[in-house]
Amino acid sequence: MINISEVIETNKMIEKENFDVRTITMGISLLDCIHSDLDTMCAKIRDKILRRASDLVKTGDEISADYGVPVVNKRISVTPAALIGGSACRTEEDWVRVAETLDACAKDVGVNFIGGFSALVSEGMTPADEGLIRSIPKALTVTDRVCSSVCVGSTRQGIDMDAVRLMGEVIRDTAYNTADRDGLGCAKLVVFCNAPDDNPFMAGAFHGVTMPDTVLHVGVSGPGVVKSAVEECRGAGFEELCETIKKTAFKITRVGQLVAQEASRRLGYPFGIVDLSLAPTPAIGDSVADILKEIGLEQPGAPGTTAALALLNDQVKKGGLMASSYVGGLSGAFIPVSEDQGMIDAVKAGALTLEKLEAMTCVCSVGLDMIAVPGDTKASTLSGIIADEMALGMINQKTTAVRLIPAPGKGVGEMVTFGGLLGYAPIMPVNTFDCSAFVGRRGRIPAPVHSFRN
Amino acid sequence: MKKAIITVVGRDAVGIIARVCTYLSENHCNILDISQTITGGYFNMMMVADLTDSSKQFSELREDLKKTGEEIGVVIHVQREEIFEKMHRI
Repeated sequence: MINISEVIETNKMIEKENFDVRTITMGISLLDCIHSDLDTMCAKIRDKILRRASDLVKTGDEISADYGVPVVNKRISVTPAALIGGSACRTEEDWVRVAETLDACAKDVGVNFIGGFSALVSEGMTPADEGLIRSIPKALTVTDRVCSSVCVGSTRQGIDMDAVRLMGEVIRDTAYNTADRDGLGCAKLVVFCNAPDDNPFMAGAFHGVTMPDTVLHVGVSGPGVVKSAVEECRGAGFEELCETIKKTAFKITRVGQLVAQEASRRLGYPFGIVDLSLAPTPAIGDSVADILKEIGLEQPGAPGTTAALALLNDQVKKGGLMASSYVGGLSGAFIPVSEDQGMIDAVKAGALTLEKLEAMTCVCSVGLDMIAVPGDTKASTLSGIIADEMALGMINQKTTAVRLIPAPGKGVGEMVTFGGLLGYAPIMPVNTFDCSAFVGRRGRIPAPVHSFRN
Repeated sequence: MKKAIITVVGRDAVGIIARVCTYLSENHCNILDISQTITGGYFNMMMVADLTDSSKQFSELREDLKKTGEEIGVVIHVQREEIFEKMHRI
């Protein structure tokens, strides 16, 4: 039977170390909502989401109360809208109507984000893909809860540089449109390489076409718990350090598995995956950067950071994999800047640069995430940064992503504030040497060779 | 069997266990195990209770005991046992 020290340990994680289940995300296929008439299609989308997700928030809250573990967010991901709206949407306004429909559904069922205003264009854009992408700046301005993502590359297909070039402009325009909120629209927009179909985390969540009709994913978090466990092995060798992280990741993920199974049972839809990511928040003690410091770095960004992050990311996966029957999504450590107080401090201290963050993304689960850059950064420069990050993902067979916020009217060292989970960030300098002739070339970067690995 | 873990944390005082046990017996909850410890000057008590025959819903028991805790100046949580079982047992 469970003993008192185990009970105290679990409750300490929840009460003192910010352990929580970060999200229950319901994936809903909209493929059966396709219709050539826009009004009919929007009505079908609304009807389906409301039928499937009406009890999602209530059930999440009930599970949270029964087990005494916070279930922070309840969210929805849908089939990439570019696949749904192709025959109904002719103009930018039509695509924005789709985004507004999704936004209204999210508000009606009470979820805080809905992901899937997305296009998958690794090997080129259809007219529908391009139409959706060009509507993103407006769609993210007139909606509150819609998240958008565009997958522009993959290891198997290469990188669509036409889409990369377009996304530089889309990010710039989205920031400009939401200038009154420090470019907040860009916090809801991700560019991916090798985007996972079953990611429960925003802003990059969408419901892949290979998924069942309706499915429940869970994202767990707990950087504070890992940090507290690592504190116990100060001065210890790598073996003890790695074992400690693994065991902690196992415990955290087991709770995610429990919540996922319980949500599946109560809502009557299949359990998809548990995403065992260390997802920080701006709350004190809920920081991945603090774990890196505890491992032995003065600040994230110091020499050794990439190795420490590689170690952390790998042990989290090793511990978590056995704890859940289905692991998926992004699974690993997130290193967003604005959402992690330790990362914010490192940028302020001058320890962390965009280039070091790029190196770190080679060994962790996502990419350049929630990074504020000067508002006058050229679209071609944004495209160049995206191309670099996509190339890392393509060559290393991993998911990489870019979520940059060019803060309108602001420059290096100034702060941008998004509030809530999205946090705040100091604006980081960007290498201003020109790359427009490179990103201006038409076409695609071919898929890489899959042997001769060096 | 529907099992719950009841934890009581707070400054030690006379009658804490008595209050909780009385409430549980009035509501037909069988106590399977009790243990307690003092850590950092704080009283930590844990009970494993079987709620199968309880006349009340889990959420009612949780709210009632939370209120009882507030009356006597301690924090009482009621959680389903599975969260601990899952985390600490393979």
